[in-house]
Amino acid sequence: MKRTPLYENHIALNAKMIDFAGWEMPLQYEGITSEVMSVRKGIGIFDVSHMGEILIEGDETINFVDYLLTNSFGSLKVGQVMYTTMCNDEGGIIDDLLAYKLGEKRAMLVVNAANTDKDLKWIVDRAKTFKVKVSDFSMDYGLIAVQGPLSEEYLRKFSPDVVELPYYNFGSYAIFGKYCIISRTGYTGEDGFEIYCKWSDTPFIWEELLARGEAFGVKPAGLGARDVCRLEASYMLYGNDMDQDTTPLEAGLSWVVKFEKDFIGKESLLKQKEEGLKRRIRGLEVLDKRIARHGMEVFKDGEKVGVITSGTFSPTLGKSIALAMLDSQLKPSEEVEVDIRGTKVMAKIVKLPFYRGSVKSS
Amino acid sequence: MKKYAKTHEWVSVDGEIATVGITNFAQEKLGDVVYVDLPQINKEVKKGTAFMSVESVKAASDIYAPVSGKVVQVNERLNDQPELVNKDPEGEGWLVKIQMIDQAELNDLLDQGAYKKFCEEES
Repeated sequence: MKRTPLYENHIALNAKMIDFAGWEMPLQYEGITSEVMSVRKGIGIFDVSHMGEILIEGDETINFVDYLLTNSFGSLKVGQVMYTTMCNDEGGIIDDLLAYKLGEKRAMLVVNAANTDKDLKWIVDRAKTFKVKVSDFSMDYGLIAVQGPLSEEYLRKFSPDVVELPYYNFGSYAIFGKYCIISRTGYTGEDGFEIYCKWSDTPFIWEELLARGEAFGVKPAGLGARDVCRLEASYMLYGNDMDQDTTPLEAGLSWVVKFEKDFIGKESLLKQKEEGLKRRIRGLEVLDKRIARHGMEVFKDGEKVGVITSGTFSPTLGKSIALAMLDSQLKPSEEVEVDIRGTKVMAKIVKLPFYRGSVKSS
Repeated sequence: MKKYAKTHEWVSVDGEIATVGITNFAQEKLGDVVYVDLPQINKEVKKGTAFMSVESVKAASDIYAPVSGKVVQVNERLNDQPELVNKDPEGEGWLVKIQMIDQAELNDLLDQGAYKKFCEEES
């Protein structure tokens, strides 16, 4: 199994470790609920070094990346980053990712750990007719996410210039004497930063961030808390809420599909848009404390109308929440039933997001 | 007298009434409990079969009856404070009281020392 540069740190912190996409990752330290609270009230720091980093360089970088991804890379300035999907010819989602415009001829794609190999193969295959070079830097960069309403106040103590970063912008900054790419992004719904650093610098930066953070309530947070935070903030998770058989339109991600440019999957998506969606992701508030989990069926008047894609108990809202792929006729405020291990539990369709945190805009 | 099942429930016996809960080992494995699906009073339970469930952020887990009998009381506090199962699993976080029909079943359960050893082997 693969290990991040912070493996020894997690063990020293007594983390419960799990296998996540072939990586030995911390599920939790003190407990998922208290870690979620740290992120919502103070600061949680996450090891997300397992994420894949793919570099694209060359004269045709911008054209190629724009062709590869559904969102408009060409309209970014150097120093800006965008969230996007990458689709196949049928419009199915291969992955969702962040695309960084490092320069006029350089881009960095940050992809899901479980998809890094698949993505790389797809990208290299598609790059053949473009003047670009594709390389995998996944094992060269560590990645630490600093997330929570106090993130800016805390990080500015060590890297004062990060306060200038608007949401979804990044730059090169020194922190504790180490040069890193710091980006104002995250996956929790809170304000925060993601620090891309050299693999070998990662433990030092992690230890400093933890050691100096007592007054700010800085705590390590694991993948369990990360999943709860992202679900409360209603961010989709690849492999749960979407996969190759889901289109970005169905996943509620039409805002990252730009039909005014050419990209892989455009015809299929355009056709789907014109014909109208048959199903789409909706938010559910389960009217019980039981958790609706991935794969459970959803019913309306006895008829199956969809399936749960993600669900958790939200400690922030004190409610059981879920995302479900439902017939598109169903609208917010309608009630449905979820079959939770043989018991039909009422749930109400609600507008997303479930929770809006300190994140600058969304 | 306190006894333990290999499915990680504990039983504390007072006359014919057995108080049942999950062990500290079990709650650590389970993680933060968010919902306890308590059984109906008077529900008849059979040793070794699932009769209720405890749901954590991670998963829902069935709880197996360590003895046969009838549920005579449930820990109502868990409806509002499911976290008691994590905080004090072998005390305030108890789940149900069962009126036993066959006290001889207790002989099949482990004592504290044997249970501790069993957990060490399992983890």
